[in-house]
Amino acid sequence: MPKVKMPRKSTNIDMTAMCDVAFLLLTFFMLATKFKPDEPVTVVTPSSINTTLLPDSDVLLFTVDKDGRVFFSMDGQPKRRKLIEDLNTQYKLGLDEKEMRNFVVGASVGAQIKDLKQYLSLSEEQRKTAGLDKGIPTDSANGELGAWIDYGNAAQGTNLNKVKYCIKADNQTPYPKIKEILDTFKKKKIQKLNLVTNLEEAPKGTAAWEEQQAGGKKK
Amino acid sequence: MAEMDTSSSGGKGKKHGGTKSKKQSTRVDMTPMVDLGFLLITFFMLTTTMSKPKTMDLIMPKDTENEKDQNKVKESTALTILLGKDNRVYYYEGLAQDPNASANPDFFKATSFANTGGIRDEIIKKRDEVARLRNAKGEPEDVVVIIKADDQANYKNFVDILDEMAINRIQRYATVDISDQDKKWIQSTEAANGVSSTPTPPAK
Repeated sequence: MPKVKMPRKSTNIDMTAMCDVAFLLLTFFMLATKFKPDEPVTVVTPSSINTTLLPDSDVLLFTVDKDGRVFFSMDGQPKRRKLIEDLNTQYKLGLDEKEMRNFVVGASVGAQIKDLKQYLSLSEEQRKTAGLDKGIPTDSANGELGAWIDYGNAAQGTNLNKVKYCIKADNQTPYPKIKEILDTFKKKKIQKLNLVTNLEEAPKGTAAWEEQQAGGKKK
Repeated sequence: MAEMDTSSSGGKGKKHGGTKSKKQSTRVDMTPMVDLGFLLITFFMLTTTMSKPKTMDLIMPKDTENEKDQNKVKESTALTILLGKDNRVYYYEGLAQDPNASANPDFFKATSFANTGGIRDEIIKKRDEVARLRNAKGEPEDVVVIIKADDQANYKNFVDILDEMAINRIQRYATVDISDQDKKWIQSTEAANGVSSTPTPPAK
Protein backbone atom coordinates (compact mmCIF):
# COMPACT_ATOMS: atom_id res chain seq x y z
CA MET A 1 0.00 0.00 0.00
CA PRO A 2 1.28 3.36 -0.89
CA LYS A 3 1.69 5.54 2.05
CA VAL A 4 -0.50 8.58 2.23
CA LYS A 5 1.80 11.39 2.96
CA MET A 6 0.37 13.88 5.35
CA PRO A 7 2.21 17.12 5.17
CA ARG A 8 3.32 17.92 8.66
CA LYS A 9 2.78 21.49 9.53
CA SER A 10 4.31 23.12 12.50
CA THR A 11 1.97 24.53 15.10
CA ASN A 12 4.43 27.29 15.82
CA ILE A 13 3.22 30.69 14.76
CA ASP A 14 5.51 33.55 14.20
CA MET A 15 4.90 35.77 17.20
CA THR A 16 7.18 38.56 16.09
CA ALA A 17 4.47 40.58 14.42
CA MET A 18 2.18 40.27 17.39
CA CYS A 19 4.97 41.28 19.68
CA ASP A 20 5.68 44.30 17.53
CA VAL A 21 2.07 45.39 17.70
CA ALA A 22 1.89 44.87 21.43
CA PHE A 23 4.91 47.00 22.09
CA LEU A 24 3.81 49.64 19.63
CA LEU A 25 0.55 49.96 21.52
CA LEU A 26 2.40 49.95 24.80
CA THR A 27 4.62 52.80 23.66
CA PHE A 28 1.60 54.72 22.45
CA PHE A 29 -0.24 54.39 25.73
CA MET A 30 2.83 55.29 27.73
CA LEU A 31 3.40 58.46 25.74
CA ALA A 32 -0.15 59.57 25.08
CA THR A 33 -1.57 59.23 28.54
CA LYS A 34 -0.80 60.36 32.01
CA PHE A 35 -1.59 58.81 35.31
CA LYS A 36 -4.93 59.38 36.86
CA PRO A 37 -4.54 61.92 39.62
CA ASP A 38 -5.03 60.57 43.06
CA GLU A 39 -8.29 61.84 44.40
CA PRO A 40 -9.88 61.44 47.79
CA VAL A 41 -13.39 61.33 46.37
CA THR A 42 -14.87 60.32 43.07
CA VAL A 43 -16.45 63.17 41.24
CA VAL A 44 -18.50 62.83 38.08
CA THR A 45 -18.30 66.15 36.34
CA PRO A 46 -21.08 67.44 34.10
CA SER A 47 -20.41 67.84 30.42
CA SER A 48 -20.32 71.00 28.38
CA ILE A 49 -19.36 71.99 24.87
CA ASN A 50 -16.37 74.01 26.03
CA THR A 51 -13.05 72.88 24.60
CA THR A 52 -10.69 74.93 26.75
CA LEU A 53 -8.17 72.65 28.36
CA LEU A 54 -7.53 72.59 32.05
CA PRO A 55 -4.02 73.95 32.51
CA ASP A 56 -1.40 71.75 34.13
CA SER A 57 0.19 74.29 36.39
CA ASP A 58 -0.80 77.34 38.41
CA VAL A 59 -4.12 75.88 39.36
CA LEU A 60 -5.98 76.03 42.61
CA LEU A 61 -8.43 73.19 42.37
CA PHE A 62 -11.45 72.91 44.60
CA THR A 63 -13.10 69.54 44.38
CA VAL A 64 -16.66 69.31 45.60
CA ASP A 65 -18.18 65.89 46.00
CA LYS A 66 -21.86 65.04 45.81
CA ASP A 67 -22.41 65.66 49.51
CA GLY A 68 -20.91 69.11 49.24
CA ARG A 69 -17.57 68.37 50.90
CA VAL A 70 -14.86 70.66 49.59
CA PHE A 71 -11.30 69.50 49.00
CA PHE A 72 -8.39 71.71 48.14
CA SER A 73 -5.43 70.87 45.99
CA MET A 74 -2.65 72.73 44.26
CA ASP A 75 0.18 71.83 41.94
CA GLY A 76 3.87 72.28 42.62
CA GLN A 77 5.58 70.85 45.68
CA PRO A 78 7.54 74.01 46.59
CA LYS A 79 4.29 75.97 46.53
CA ARG A 80 2.54 73.39 48.66
CA ARG A 81 5.38 73.53 51.15
CA LYS A 82 5.13 77.30 51.38
CA LEU A 83 1.38 77.06 51.85
CA ILE A 84 1.55 74.56 54.68
CA GLU A 85 4.36 76.44 56.40
CA ASP A 86 2.35 79.65 56.25
CA LEU A 87 -0.72 77.91 57.60
CA ASN A 88 1.33 76.31 60.34
CA THR A 89 2.74 79.59 61.60
CA GLN A 90 -0.47 81.55 61.19
CA TYR A 91 -2.79 79.11 62.89
CA LYS A 92 -0.19 77.70 65.33
CA LEU A 93 -0.97 74.17 64.25
CA GLY A 94 2.29 72.74 65.53
CA LEU A 95 2.80 70.47 62.56
CA ASP A 96 5.96 68.43 62.54
CA GLU A 97 8.15 67.77 59.52
CA LYS A 98 6.47 64.47 58.72
CA GLU A 99 2.99 65.94 58.67
CA MET A 100 4.09 68.81 56.45
CA ARG A 101 5.76 66.35 54.14
CA ASN A 102 2.48 64.45 54.02
CA PHE A 103 0.76 67.57 52.79
CA VAL A 104 3.46 68.43 50.27
CA VAL A 105 3.46 65.06 48.53
CA GLY A 106 -0.16 64.20 49.21
CA ALA A 107 -3.27 64.76 47.16
CA SER A 108 -6.22 66.97 48.03
CA VAL A 109 -6.97 67.92 51.59
CA GLY A 110 -10.37 68.57 53.00
CA ALA A 111 -10.55 69.17 56.72
CA GLN A 112 -11.13 71.95 59.15
CA ILE A 113 -7.96 73.85 59.84
CA LYS A 114 -8.06 72.93 63.53
CA ASP A 115 -8.17 69.24 62.61
CA LEU A 116 -5.34 69.59 60.13
CA LYS A 117 -2.60 68.23 62.38
CA GLN A 118 -4.47 65.04 63.08
CA TYR A 119 -5.64 64.83 59.48
CA LEU A 120 -2.14 65.01 58.06
CA SER A 121 -0.71 62.51 60.52
CA LEU A 122 -3.06 59.81 59.30
CA SER A 123 -3.07 57.86 56.08
CA GLU A 124 -5.83 58.16 53.50
CA GLU A 125 -7.79 55.18 54.82
CA GLN A 126 -7.41 56.18 58.43
CA ARG A 127 -8.82 59.60 57.63
CA LYS A 128 -11.92 58.02 56.23
CA THR A 129 -12.48 55.76 59.19
CA ALA A 130 -11.75 58.57 61.64
CA GLY A 131 -14.34 60.69 59.86
CA LEU A 132 -11.91 63.54 59.43
CA ASP A 133 -12.42 64.18 55.74
CA LYS A 134 -15.39 66.42 56.31
CA GLY A 135 -14.25 68.89 53.75
CA ILE A 136 -13.31 72.52 54.14
CA PRO A 137 -16.15 74.47 55.75
CA THR A 138 -17.62 76.92 53.28
CA ASP A 139 -19.87 79.01 55.48
CA SER A 140 -18.87 82.62 55.58
CA ALA A 141 -18.83 82.69 59.39
CA ASN A 142 -15.41 81.11 59.84
CA GLY A 143 -14.20 81.83 56.33
CA GLU A 144 -11.89 78.83 56.10
CA LEU A 145 -12.40 78.40 52.39
CA GLY A 146 -11.42 82.03 51.98
CA ALA A 147 -8.30 81.36 54.04
CA TRP A 148 -7.32 78.50 51.75
CA ILE A 149 -7.74 80.76 48.74
CA ASP A 150 -5.62 83.46 50.36
CA TYR A 151 -2.83 81.11 51.36
CA GLY A 152 -2.97 79.44 47.97
CA ASN A 153 -2.53 82.85 46.39
CA ALA A 154 0.30 83.75 48.73
CA ALA A 155 2.11 80.54 47.85
CA GLN A 156 2.05 81.35 44.14
CA GLY A 157 4.65 84.05 44.59
CA THR A 158 5.27 86.18 41.55
CA ASN A 159 2.99 84.66 38.93
CA LEU A 160 -0.20 85.38 40.78
CA ASN A 161 -1.99 86.68 37.71
CA LYS A 162 -1.55 83.37 35.94
CA VAL A 163 -3.37 81.43 38.61
CA LYS A 164 -6.58 79.73 37.58
CA TYR A 165 -9.24 78.89 40.09
CA CYS A 166 -10.95 75.69 39.17
CA ILE A 167 -14.04 74.21 40.67
CA LYS A 168 -14.62 70.57 40.04
CA ALA A 169 -17.98 69.58 41.37
CA ASP A 170 -20.12 66.51 41.06
CA ASN A 171 -23.32 66.37 39.05
CA GLN A 172 -25.35 65.87 42.19
CA THR A 173 -23.81 68.62 44.27
CA PRO A 174 -26.66 70.77 45.59
CA TYR A 175 -26.69 74.26 44.16
CA PRO A 176 -26.64 76.18 47.48
CA LYS A 177 -23.22 74.69 48.19
CA ILE A 178 -21.93 75.91 44.84
CA LYS A 179 -23.40 79.29 45.53
CA GLU A 180 -21.58 79.50 48.86
CA ILE A 181 -18.31 78.75 47.12
CA LEU A 182 -18.99 81.25 44.35
CA ASP A 183 -19.87 83.87 46.94
CA THR A 184 -16.62 83.22 48.75
CA PHE A 185 -14.72 83.83 45.53
CA LYS A 186 -16.77 86.92 44.90
CA LYS A 187 -15.84 88.30 48.29
CA LYS A 188 -12.20 87.69 47.50
CA LYS A 189 -12.70 89.77 44.35
CA ILE A 190 -11.98 86.78 42.17
CA GLN A 191 -14.30 86.98 39.22
CA LYS A 192 -12.76 84.59 36.77
CA LEU A 193 -13.38 80.98 37.61
CA ASN A 194 -13.12 77.74 35.72
CA LEU A 195 -15.59 74.94 36.04
CA VAL A 196 -14.18 71.56 35.20
CA THR A 197 -16.36 69.68 32.75
CA ASN A 198 -16.27 66.84 30.30
CA LEU A 199 -16.41 67.44 26.61
CA GLU A 200 -19.71 67.05 24.85
CA GLU A 201 -20.66 67.56 21.24
CA ALA A 202 -22.65 70.69 20.48
CA PRO A 203 -26.19 69.65 19.59
CA LYS A 204 -27.02 69.76 15.91
CA GLY A 205 -28.74 72.77 14.48
CA THR A 206 -27.74 75.18 17.22
CA ALA A 207 -25.68 78.33 16.90
CA ALA A 208 -22.60 76.73 18.41
CA TRP A 209 -22.87 73.72 16.16
CA GLU A 210 -23.15 75.83 13.05
CA GLU A 211 -20.11 77.79 14.11
CA GLN A 212 -18.13 74.60 14.56
CA GLN A 213 -19.18 73.36 11.16
CA ALA A 214 -18.31 76.63 9.50
CA GLY A 215 -15.14 77.46 11.37
CA GLY A 216 -13.63 74.00 11.55
CA LYS A 217 -11.05 74.61 14.22
CA LYS A 218 -12.68 77.66 15.64
CA LYS A 219 -13.83 77.23 19.20
CA MET B 1 13.21 39.89 8.82
CA ALA B 2 13.26 39.53 12.51
CA GLU B 3 12.98 35.84 12.32
CA MET B 4 15.35 33.71 10.43
CA ASP B 5 14.68 30.11 9.86
CA THR B 6 18.04 28.53 9.53
CA SER B 7 17.08 25.10 10.70
CA SER B 8 18.12 22.49 8.27
CA SER B 9 15.40 21.64 5.87
CA GLY B 10 15.71 17.92 6.04
CA GLY B 11 17.33 15.50 3.73
CA LYS B 12 17.03 17.50 0.59
CA GLY B 13 20.40 19.11 0.93
CA LYS B 14 22.13 16.46 -1.13
CA LYS B 15 23.68 19.09 -3.34
CA HIS B 16 25.97 20.19 -0.59
CA GLY B 17 27.07 16.71 0.03
CA GLY B 18 30.18 17.68 1.94
CA THR B 19 30.52 18.79 5.50
CA LYS B 20 27.39 18.86 7.56
CA SER B 21 27.61 21.21 10.45
CA LYS B 22 24.81 20.95 12.90
CA LYS B 23 22.79 24.14 12.71
CA GLN B 24 20.98 25.40 15.78
CA SER B 25 17.66 27.15 15.40
CA THR B 26 17.68 30.84 16.17
CA ARG B 27 13.97 30.80 16.73
CA VAL B 28 12.98 32.27 20.06
CA ASP B 29 9.70 31.61 21.71
CA MET B 30 8.04 34.99 21.71
CA THR B 31 4.96 34.02 23.70
CA PRO B 32 6.09 35.26 27.14
CA MET B 33 7.25 38.51 25.61
CA VAL B 34 3.87 39.08 23.96
CA ASP B 35 2.18 38.20 27.24
CA LEU B 36 4.25 40.75 29.04
CA GLY B 37 3.57 43.35 26.37
CA PHE B 38 -0.16 42.97 26.62
CA LEU B 39 -0.04 42.91 30.38
CA LEU B 40 1.70 46.27 30.36
CA ILE B 41 -0.74 47.65 27.82
CA THR B 42 -3.62 46.65 30.02
CA PHE B 43 -1.95 48.25 33.00
CA PHE B 44 -1.37 51.53 31.20
CA MET B 45 -4.83 51.58 29.72
CA LEU B 46 -6.45 51.19 33.11
CA THR B 47 -4.30 53.49 35.19
CA THR B 48 -4.01 56.47 32.92
CA THR B 49 -6.30 59.10 31.55
CA MET B 50 -6.49 59.77 27.88
CA SER B 51 -8.08 63.14 27.66
CA LYS B 52 -7.51 66.07 29.91
CA PRO B 53 -10.58 67.52 31.52
CA LYS B 54 -11.99 70.61 29.91
CA THR B 55 -12.96 73.74 31.71
CA MET B 56 -15.70 76.23 31.37
CA ASP B 57 -14.95 79.86 32.04
CA LEU B 58 -17.24 81.51 34.49
CA ILE B 59 -16.88 85.20 35.06
CA MET B 60 -18.67 86.51 38.07
CA PRO B 61 -19.87 90.08 38.25
CA LYS B 62 -18.46 92.50 40.75
CA ASP B 63 -20.63 93.29 43.70
CA THR B 64 -21.95 96.75 43.14
CA GLU B 65 -23.31 98.57 46.12
CA ASN B 66 -24.33 101.52 44.07
CA GLU B 67 -27.74 101.30 42.44
CA LYS B 68 -26.60 103.48 39.58
CA ASP B 69 -23.78 101.13 38.59
CA GLN B 70 -26.12 98.24 38.15
CA ASN B 71 -27.26 97.40 34.70
CA LYS B 72 -30.90 97.76 34.09
CA VAL B 73 -32.52 95.06 32.05
CA LYS B 74 -35.47 95.84 29.92
CA GLU B 75 -38.58 93.81 30.54
CA SER B 76 -39.00 93.13 26.84
CA THR B 77 -35.54 91.63 26.30
CA ALA B 78 -35.37 89.46 29.38
CA LEU B 79 -35.97 85.76 29.76
CA THR B 80 -35.93 84.36 33.26
CA ILE B 81 -35.05 80.71 33.74
CA LEU B 82 -35.58 78.94 37.03
CA LEU B 83 -33.93 75.66 37.97
CA GLY B 84 -36.00 73.46 40.19
CA LYS B 85 -35.53 70.05 41.73
CA ASP B 86 -35.32 66.78 39.80
CA ASN B 87 -33.89 68.55 36.75
CA ARG B 88 -36.99 70.63 36.22
CA VAL B 89 -36.74 73.95 34.44
CA TYR B 90 -39.21 76.79 34.59
CA TYR B 91 -39.14 79.95 32.61
CA TYR B 92 -41.05 83.10 31.95
CA GLU B 93 -40.52 86.08 29.74
CA GLY B 94 -39.56 89.34 31.31
CA LEU B 95 -38.52 89.94 34.88
CA ALA B 96 -41.86 89.46 36.63
CA GLN B 97 -41.62 92.83 38.29
CA ASP B 98 -45.26 93.33 37.57
CA PRO B 99 -47.20 91.49 40.28
CA ASN B 100 -50.23 91.17 38.04
CA ALA B 101 -48.28 89.03 35.62
CA SER B 102 -48.80 85.96 37.74
CA ALA B 103 -52.51 86.31 37.27
CA ASN B 104 -52.03 85.02 33.75
CA PRO B 105 -51.92 81.22 33.95
CA ASP B 106 -49.73 80.94 30.85
CA PHE B 107 -47.11 83.23 32.30
CA PHE B 108 -45.11 80.72 34.29
CA LYS B 109 -44.14 77.70 32.24
CA ALA B 110 -42.37 74.44 32.94
CA THR B 111 -40.04 72.61 30.58
CA SER B 112 -37.03 70.28 30.65
CA PHE B 113 -33.44 69.95 29.53
CA ALA B 114 -34.48 67.70 26.66
CA ASN B 115 -32.68 68.22 23.38
CA THR B 116 -35.84 68.94 21.47
CA GLY B 117 -38.84 70.70 22.85
CA GLY B 118 -36.89 71.68 25.95
CA ILE B 119 -35.51 74.88 27.31
CA ARG B 120 -33.20 75.28 24.33
CA ASP B 121 -36.07 75.83 21.94
CA GLU B 122 -37.45 78.50 24.22
CA ILE B 123 -34.10 80.26 24.44
CA ILE B 124 -33.72 80.22 20.66
CA LYS B 125 -37.26 81.46 20.19
CA LYS B 126 -36.77 84.31 22.61
CA ARG B 127 -33.35 85.16 21.16
CA ASP B 128 -34.70 85.44 17.65
CA GLU B 129 -37.72 87.37 18.85
CA VAL B 130 -35.57 89.88 20.68
CA ALA B 131 -33.18 90.18 17.76
CA ARG B 132 -36.01 91.65 15.75
CA LEU B 133 -36.56 94.43 18.27
CA ARG B 134 -34.65 97.64 17.81
CA ASN B 135 -33.28 99.84 20.53
CA ALA B 136 -33.22 103.63 20.51
CA LYS B 137 -30.20 103.68 18.19
CA GLY B 138 -31.86 101.32 15.79
CA GLU B 139 -29.56 98.43 16.62
CA PRO B 140 -30.87 94.96 17.31
CA GLU B 141 -31.44 94.20 20.95
CA ASP B 142 -29.66 91.42 22.80
CA VAL B 143 -31.59 88.97 24.85
CA VAL B 144 -30.67 88.93 28.53
CA VAL B 145 -31.13 85.63 30.27
CA ILE B 146 -31.61 85.68 34.00
CA ILE B 147 -30.78 82.38 35.64
CA LYS B 148 -32.16 81.66 39.06
CA ALA B 149 -31.42 78.38 40.74
CA ASP B 150 -33.65 77.04 43.44
CA ASP B 151 -32.10 75.44 46.54
CA GLN B 152 -33.23 72.07 45.24
CA ALA B 153 -31.29 72.41 42.02
CA ASN B 154 -27.98 70.63 41.64
CA TYR B 155 -24.69 71.54 40.06
CA LYS B 156 -25.41 69.63 36.88
CA ASN B 157 -28.45 71.81 36.16
CA PHE B 158 -26.37 74.89 36.75
CA VAL B 159 -23.65 73.82 34.35
CA ASP B 160 -26.21 72.60 31.85
CA ILE B 161 -27.92 75.95 31.72
CA LEU B 162 -24.61 77.80 31.41
CA ASP B 163 -23.80 75.39 28.63
CA GLU B 164 -27.07 76.26 26.92
CA MET B 165 -25.89 79.85 26.93
CA ALA B 166 -22.70 78.78 25.19
CA ILE B 167 -24.56 76.52 22.79
CA ASN B 168 -26.96 79.23 21.73
CA ARG B 169 -24.33 81.97 21.85
CA ILE B 170 -26.22 84.08 24.33
CA GLN B 171 -23.86 86.94 25.12
CA ARG B 172 -25.59 88.39 28.10
CA TYR B 173 -26.73 86.31 30.99
CA ALA B 174 -26.63 86.57 34.73
CA THR B 175 -27.13 84.30 37.68
CA VAL B 176 -29.33 85.92 40.24
CA ASP B 177 -30.61 84.86 43.65
CA ILE B 178 -34.03 83.35 43.56
CA SER B 179 -36.85 85.45 44.95
CA ASP B 180 -39.61 84.30 47.25
CA GLN B 181 -42.15 84.97 44.54
CA ASP B 182 -40.28 82.64 42.18
CA LYS B 183 -40.17 79.95 44.84
CA LYS B 184 -43.87 80.30 45.35
CA TRP B 185 -44.50 79.89 41.63
CA ILE B 186 -42.32 76.80 41.50
CA GLN B 187 -44.22 75.30 44.39
CA SER B 188 -47.59 75.99 42.94
CA THR B 189 -46.56 74.66 39.55
CA GLU B 190 -45.19 71.53 41.14
CA ALA B 191 -48.39 71.09 43.09
CA ALA B 192 -50.43 71.54 39.95
CA ASN B 193 -48.39 69.03 37.99
CA GLY B 194 -47.95 66.55 40.79
CA VAL B 195 -44.43 66.68 42.19
CA SER B 196 -43.51 63.09 41.54
CA SER B 197 -44.50 63.21 37.92
CA THR B 198 -42.03 63.72 35.10
CA PRO B 199 -41.58 67.23 33.82
CA THR B 200 -44.51 68.35 31.81
CA PRO B 201 -43.97 68.79 28.11
CA PRO B 202 -43.36 72.41 27.27
CA ALA B 203 -46.29 74.57 26.50
CA LYS B 204 -46.22 75.20 22.84
